[in-house]
Amino acid sequence: MNATTMDTMTTPPSTPAASPEQLTAAFYELEPHHHPEGASTMLGFWIYLMSDCLIFAMLFAAYGVLGGNYAAGPSPKDLFELPLVAVNTAMLLFSSITYGFAMLAMAKNQKGATISWLLITAVFGAAFLSIELYEFANLIHEGATPMRSGFLTGFFSLVGTHGLHVTFGLIWLFTLVAQISTKGLIPANKRRLMCLSLFWHFLDVIWIGVFTFVYLMGMLR
Amino acid sequence: MESVVHNHWSPLLGRLWWDAIPQEPIVWATFAAVALGGIALVAALTYFKVWGYLWKEWFTSVDHKKIGIMYMVLGLIMFVRGFADAVMMRLQQAWAFNGSEGYLNAHHFDQVFTAHGVIMIFFAAMPFVTGFMNYVVPLQIGARDVSFPFLNNFSFWMTASGAVLVMLSLFIGEFGQTGWLAYPPLSGIAYSPWVGVDYWIWALQIAGVGTLLSGVNLISTIVKMRAPGMDLMKMPIFTWTALCTNILIVAAFPVLTAVLCMLTADRYLDFNFFTNDFGGSAMMYVNLIWIWGHPEVYILILPCFGIFSEVTSTFCGKRLFGYTSMVYATMVITILSYIVWLHHFFTMGSGASVNSFFGITTMVISIPTGAKLFNWLFTMYRGRIRFELPMMWTIAFMLTFTVGGMTGVLLAVPPADFVLHNSLFLIAHFHNVIIGGVVFGTFAGINFWWPKAFGFKLHEGWGKLSFWCWAIGFWFAFMPLYVLGLMGVTRRMRVFDDPNLQIWFLIAAFGAALIAVGIGAFIVQVGYSIWKRKELAVDGDPWGGRTLEWSTTSPPPAYNFAFTPVVHEIDAWDDMKRCGAPRPTGNFQAIHMPKNTEAGIILGGLATAFGFAMIWHIWWLAGLTFAGMIGYAIFHTFNYNRDYFIPADEVTATEAAALGQLAPAGA
Amino acid sequence: MRHPDSRPNPRQTPVLARVLAALSLTGALSACNTVVLKPAGDVAQQQGDLVVMSTVLMLLIIVPVMALTVFFAWKYRASNKDADYQPEWDHSTQLELVIWAAPLLIIICLGALTWVGTHLLDPYRTIGRIDTKTAVAHDAKPLEIEVVALDWKWLFIYPEQGIATVNELVVPAGRPLDFKITASSVMNSFYVPAMAGQIYAMPGMQTRLNAVMNKTGDDFVGFSANYSGAGFSGMRFKTRSVTEADFTKWADGVKAGGQDNAGALDAATYLELEKPSENVPAARYASVSPDLYGKILNMCVEPGKMCMSEMMAIDARGGLGKAGIRNVSMLAYDKYGRAASAAANANPDAATRRELAWVRALCQQDPGAAPDNIVKAPANLQSLSGAGLTAPQSIAPKSVAFDNGEEHAAHSPLISRN
Repeated sequence: MNATTMDTMTTPPSTPAASPEQLTAAFYELEPHHHPEGASTMLGFWIYLMSDCLIFAMLFAAYGVLGGNYAAGPSPKDLFELPLVAVNTAMLLFSSITYGFAMLAMAKNQKGATISWLLITAVFGAAFLSIELYEFANLIHEGATPMRSGFLTGFFSLVGTHGLHVTFGLIWLFTLVAQISTKGLIPANKRRLMCLSLFWHFLDVIWIGVFTFVYLMGMLR
Repeated sequence: MESVVHNHWSPLLGRLWWDAIPQEPIVWATFAAVALGGIALVAALTYFKVWGYLWKEWFTSVDHKKIGIMYMVLGLIMFVRGFADAVMMRLQQAWAFNGSEGYLNAHHFDQVFTAHGVIMIFFAAMPFVTGFMNYVVPLQIGARDVSFPFLNNFSFWMTASGAVLVMLSLFIGEFGQTGWLAYPPLSGIAYSPWVGVDYWIWALQIAGVGTLLSGVNLISTIVKMRAPGMDLMKMPIFTWTALCTNILIVAAFPVLTAVLCMLTADRYLDFNFFTNDFGGSAMMYVNLIWIWGHPEVYILILPCFGIFSEVTSTFCGKRLFGYTSMVYATMVITILSYIVWLHHFFTMGSGASVNSFFGITTMVISIPTGAKLFNWLFTMYRGRIRFELPMMWTIAFMLTFTVGGMTGVLLAVPPADFVLHNSLFLIAHFHNVIIGGVVFGTFAGINFWWPKAFGFKLHEGWGKLSFWCWAIGFWFAFMPLYVLGLMGVTRRMRVFDDPNLQIWFLIAAFGAALIAVGIGAFIVQVGYSIWKRKELAVDGDPWGGRTLEWSTTSPPPAYNFAFTPVVHEIDAWDDMKRCGAPRPTGNFQAIHMPKNTEAGIILGGLATAFGFAMIWHIWWLAGLTFAGMIGYAIFHTFNYNRDYFIPADEVTATEAAALGQLAPAGA
Repeated sequence: MRHPDSRPNPRQTPVLARVLAALSLTGALSACNTVVLKPAGDVAQQQGDLVVMSTVLMLLIIVPVMALTVFFAWKYRASNKDADYQPEWDHSTQLELVIWAAPLLIIICLGALTWVGTHLLDPYRTIGRIDTKTAVAHDAKPLEIEVVALDWKWLFIYPEQGIATVNELVVPAGRPLDFKITASSVMNSFYVPAMAGQIYAMPGMQTRLNAVMNKTGDDFVGFSANYSGAGFSGMRFKTRSVTEADFTKWADGVKAGGQDNAGALDAATYLELEKPSENVPAARYASVSPDLYGKILNMCVEPGKMCMSEMMAIDARGGLGKAGIRNVSMLAYDKYGRAASAAANANPDAATRRELAWVRALCQQDPGAAPDNIVKAPANLQSLSGAGLTAPQSIAPKSVAFDNGEEHAAHSPLISRN
């Protein structure tokens, strides 16, 4: 994993008796160590996810500040339909489980099963998005647009940004399905599947935050 | 008072119409000069048939060294633009007395100071530090490239894309007239209805994506790609500061992205994040933008601290004093920089306890910073100081920055800030630290690593002229601003009614002129050195370097190191030299390298077009270019063939050619 | 009240500060009018003293560092072969201790000074003394002045006197001043360097500043210290500090009206005044509607607007539900452009008209009293030494139920106390 953990050096550098050959061997890696391809990818992707997490943190913070500013308009109690949101949450959680099955299939190198599970995941993801869009459409139809109040601005931005992430996740997922179909479960594709897996579960975690802080606590407010 | 209403919109061109051409003779003249210069440049490039070379060897290159150099070039171009803005401001403020309106109207002047701040921070200082980190870090850690070479190229083009948008705003439409951080409600649609703030938003948003990705890339590189034996506490100090800087980037730039998105939503979709009415909160913007903005300051200065550390220890011929405490100081600064943001607005009415908390945390940062200064000082102690150009810049930094640091701590005392906030004292303070720190650091770094990058030194005479003009010009340009601040003069003023102030502005303008000579001398220095490059040629280790970048040729081969060095000590190359380890001369092997790709520049170009379309409300083009970016990115992922091997023969040939230049380590 | 000018020595800087000030300031600096260090008001004077004290404290370490830099650079130059050269010397625990401890000690001192100074000079805190010798009498009533930053001029309302001025601030010397500050459109900063430090002026919010002028004078200046758009440079006002008697005379004169008087300032004239204009000459209003400032602060000067205070009270009760969803124009202040909401009110369509009727039924357009977020200082002559610093007491809000009135917890748009 880490280049530093590979200890190729054996000779102490400043042993007075060391011959020039020994010194060269001590200071240069004469047999190149194999850098596994994409060794940094998972780390890099984690770092990216954490930065994305900060974007959500800002949106949560903004919702926290603006969440009570109804501007003499409707409050969460007037607008949210918890049963619908519960179904929605279930869709996303199921999609996470099915993505997990896709990863298990990948680990067993079962190309067909991986693709099938990915497609099932996509169905759940699409269902989640559809329900969310239905909810948004209803709200906007009623006049509860993001322009109406600080609260609605914060709400639409937070939930909508999450929805946008799911949308991009779906696009990515279909891209991967195409790539696995053509190239198979080659290491590069496996790496990408693992990245998408991180991304997908990350969105789940964010959603749990949204569900708790926005919907549940909104109804209690 | 002119108030032009721009309310034209057409489906094809959006808000773009004839009225987008600025009604300013100064801008026309600039445009003519830029256009003529541009045409001449394009003609020359075409005549000498270098387009293919530029495209193949530079624009599409994933080599961290070339990308680093491209960042520096971008930074320099934008630095000159930003400096031109500075000169215009100095001239206006020295002129507009005794009833004179000066030569800039409010619409123009307000754009000039906004553009100056934005350009200097985002498109000059940021490319400089990113350029240094890109060029130097992989070499210092004995790596052949960064973790994600394509992403590196893409990041550069996103930064360049933002710079292009800022430059476009000069000739098409307007730039923001809000100050560089565009506080709402002023930057809201009600008070800035036309394209200025939108240029600001999209330029920063696009460049910010590039910066963020480059941060991710460099962290991965430093964590994963270090040469064997180089544990964290054996990393060169510049790499340490780069690591902390990139951690700051990754932890701060998402905040900027989010805030810009919110402002975008307010302006484009009538959202209520920062509006006066409907329950928005402008104070939230001020908080959020500074939660990014303060770490940003340290993003700029930390790598420069790294440069000064390398320079001091190299030119004193001595180990860096207190390496460990230097590392901890850097980490402490990294962490503390997140809990001081409120000191930018003590005057917003927070309670005394809140204000004192943030004031004191700010002061606490001066402790590790002070420790760093002492460390440089004691590195000089019992050293053999060679006053080459990088060292001269470093001494100038130490003398200048301390003063800036002192006034900074002064401004962190809330009651003192109440009388000095937004005054020219503040302007003097942050130029004192940014010029004294970042600009001096950039010049130290350029003079220090230029021989590494190009194989010849920069000419010393012109360099000294540039140095003295800068060092003296700085004091003339900014000490009067401290005085003016104490006289109660506030920033961003276009005209003055107290004639007693004029003399100070004249002195400041003289200082700016000296600095202009300094910049000119630097440009001559570069040109002259390129001309005389044969005489100025150097080997791989011209300064008696201590870290691994000096162990390879100047300029280094594409693969940096034929054999990865093994590290046993801090200052690995110095250690190798002292032990006299001979360089391996045979048995070279094929080297695995990433392939160049045009994906970065294409995506960057699409991003520019997308930003432009969004700014001018050309919705069809925005949709098209956005879909284009997504589509092209997906298309790019279908290319699995991204690397190649440099054959062993070629490596052998390259190394043989370099043999004359590379001194054996033991020599 | 003692006449401030009758005192032989108007103010006594702490001896230490005076000595150090003399030491640290160059001749050039003292030759010019550094109003920040030599102001005419006690609050600004204490702030200026703090500038000097902090500077001196830091010079204790800055000067040696700079001197050592030059000395080491000279002594250890490569050409000086006599100097020690120890290329391996890179650590000394004692030195490390010193280089961390020395700045730390300075910062501890400065931190203590900061904590005390920030609390004592909190602009929300009523002043405890007129100058180093005179404590504020217990029954002294500060002069209230309501300040509104407009595009691009300043409106000053004197509620006690019932008069108002534009771009002219007249204050009685020696009497505590209590400024309530807001803005009509964008953020500005209210700053009279000779009097006291600045504080932001923000729309829909109220900030406070407590100060006193100790000297009389006609040529003090005030301005906005936060860039606010095209007319920012001209957003300056003359500040006159006069004796108590002259102040009364002046106020009576303004009240009496006359040729160069602008007459009455009511909602209609205010809406006219509020429109952007630059380099506005001073103007005086003989009378002012008593609720005008409250309405400006609550963004409901325009007829048919819901006051922010009312909106927030409704929000605190959970909003108006779906019934309130379409009521937009009564809330719009500037979101749809500066002039759009005024236009909607001038030519209401059927929907707006319905809504306006509804607003009138729903709210009185009564801004109510703004939450009083002042911090009450005890009468005290101590300056920055902090001796005798008494814990500040908060005053409970009088009429607004949803504000808890704690020093820092109140986060409502009405009061900027974030």
